[in-house]
Amino acid sequence: MEAFGLLLYGFSVLLTWKILALMMVGLVLGIFVGVLPGLGGPNGVAILLPLTFTMDPTSAIVMLSCIYWGALFGGAITSILFNIPGEAWSVATTFDGYPMAQQGKAAEALTAAFTSSFIGSLVAVILITFLAPGIASFALKFGPPEFFSVYLLTFCSFVGLGREDKHKTIISMTLGLLLAGVGMDTVSGQLRMTFGSNDLLRGINFLVAVIGLFGISEILLTMEERLALRGHAAKISLRVVLKVWKELPQYWVTLLRSSAIGCWLGITPGGAIAASFMSYNLAKRFSKDKDSFGKGRIEGVFAPETAAHASGTSALLPMLALGIPGSGTAAILLGGLMVWGLNPGPLLFVEHKNFVWGLIASMYLGNVVGLLLVLTTVPFFAAVLRVPFSAIAPMIVVSCAIGAYAIQNAMFDIWLMLVFGVVGYAFKKIGIPLAPFTLALVLGNRAEDSFRLSMIGAGGDMRVFWSNGLVGTITTLALVLLFWPLISSGFGYLRRKPVQQPE
Amino acid sequence: MPKSEVEIIVEDPAAPESDSPAVTTTRVVDVAVSFLLLAFAALMAYDNWRTGMGWDATGPQAGYFPFYLSVILATACLWGLASEFLARGKTSGTFVTRAQFRRVLQVFVPTLLFCLLMQWLGLYVASFLLIAGFMAYIGRIAVWKSLLTAFLFSLIMFVTFQVAFDVIMPKGPLEALLGF
Repeated sequence: MEAFGLLLYGFSVLLTWKILALMMVGLVLGIFVGVLPGLGGPNGVAILLPLTFTMDPTSAIVMLSCIYWGALFGGAITSILFNIPGEAWSVATTFDGYPMAQQGKAAEALTAAFTSSFIGSLVAVILITFLAPGIASFALKFGPPEFFSVYLLTFCSFVGLGREDKHKTIISMTLGLLLAGVGMDTVSGQLRMTFGSNDLLRGINFLVAVIGLFGISEILLTMEERLALRGHAAKISLRVVLKVWKELPQYWVTLLRSSAIGCWLGITPGGAIAASFMSYNLAKRFSKDKDSFGKGRIEGVFAPETAAHASGTSALLPMLALGIPGSGTAAILLGGLMVWGLNPGPLLFVEHKNFVWGLIASMYLGNVVGLLLVLTTVPFFAAVLRVPFSAIAPMIVVSCAIGAYAIQNAMFDIWLMLVFGVVGYAFKKIGIPLAPFTLALVLGNRAEDSFRLSMIGAGGDMRVFWSNGLVGTITTLALVLLFWPLISSGFGYLRRKPVQQPE
Repeated sequence: MPKSEVEIIVEDPAAPESDSPAVTTTRVVDVAVSFLLLAFAALMAYDNWRTGMGWDATGPQAGYFPFYLSVILATACLWGLASEFLARGKTSGTFVTRAQFRRVLQVFVPTLLFCLLMQWLGLYVASFLLIAGFMAYIGRIAVWKSLLTAFLFSLIMFVTFQVAFDVIMPKGPLEALLGF
């Protein structure tokens, strides 16, 4: 198989001391980011992105993706030991993980969490290894109308499938698309929405917005809460690890189901958060002993962790193959690609083989190393939480400022970051989701370009989006997803009708 | 079953009181944000109309795509306002309590000062002041610990970004004095 050869080639790219060292640094930083309150996967990656500006793209993506794996592992530590989810996707892990810690089985719970995370992402990476090249070579035939229809599908599925109020998702998305358009118009070269400002000429930088929206606003939100915590100490011994691993095979159905849910929701914009809850609920529903869930059942740790990790990893599949990120963090990695001078999209597999396969190989290696690292260093990372938040908060602020300034060396970006911080704080509190905004901001220009190029090609005829089977199917699917809530309630209405008898 | 010992305890002496009165409700903020976004959409629509929102010989003009986006944005805002109006009888949750808001300002105001000072003092000196000040005044941590932590953190940042990675940050008189 071709993929095997390319994968081996990817490993050969990786196995240099420099890249292995960067990998360790990335993992350690990532676990920190995952453990600390007020700092999550997306903003951790966004803040640390400037570190990579002077690196070559392969080293850069290896380090950044390792930060991401680390954050995924780290989130489980605080959920289990402190009952505080370090990340939104580890909320479901607290349901059974914390009761286990209370019963003195913290080590088992942690081992279960880390191992299932590893399994989840392994499944997702295998999926990426074998699916991504095929999708990419298929997508090489895409013209502007096909690309626009895929973008449309991404946006519409957010609106139709999201749990938030529909108008709030639309607000978030259109705002992101609008801000993406600020500055020089890429097709005509005309200036727009700059209002004569020289700073706006460059456009609104995506990474600056992300650092504000996720970094600064998260600090503001965290400060609102009571930050006292009490937690269990844990030390993982080899005996416990082996014991949990021995039990592992009997939960294969749960592990497989959770991986599948995770992969599916990671590729579509459902995300790790939805995946972890859904897989927890399904594990509970299919269990013979439903009542033991929530009281410290090891399966209740396996299910959400597998799904969260599978989803976080498989979110990179559409990013690599199509240039469309499946999650907020993937969107930031995509922003990174552009900074390093790579053009995201299917051509990546042809033009930058060492980059793509280096990244895929690093997913295998990073997860193995990450698993060993977290299993051995849990007490150390749990102790990080002893550091008072009043010391961590200003340090995060400083890191955010460094990150925002470094992108374009502009003081304007620091102010922009602050504005986005306040906007993010307000949006989160009134329930306007930030993920559609992030996605729209990073994809906005390319979506617009592909729309206008198709319009130019077709002389303004909208029927170009139904001009062949492929593009027509995707566009129709997008519209169905957009109106899905209406359609499904319509079906519900039809089904309910016969029951309502006239009185 | 052995009960595990609680071994890590972190207190939060300055935590916001739970019975603090609300500053405002979520609905008020929701409506205010909708109006702001509506105004923003109108401004964007106007600017794109001026740029040209129609078609010319080469296809859609520069303002075409963003103009219609502003229209969608405005529609979504009106939809939100209408649904808030219909739900006006129902009670709305607290947006932020007074004690919480005080804590938020405790971070936000120093951050604002940090950004202002950075322009004259440079990022590293400003970050030293921010961390030391924040730890000592708001975290009530011993002054020597605050100063030491702030100094070490700023130094590590300086070495990492300025020396090791060549990422240029705003610099002030102190860096000039040291020859950077």
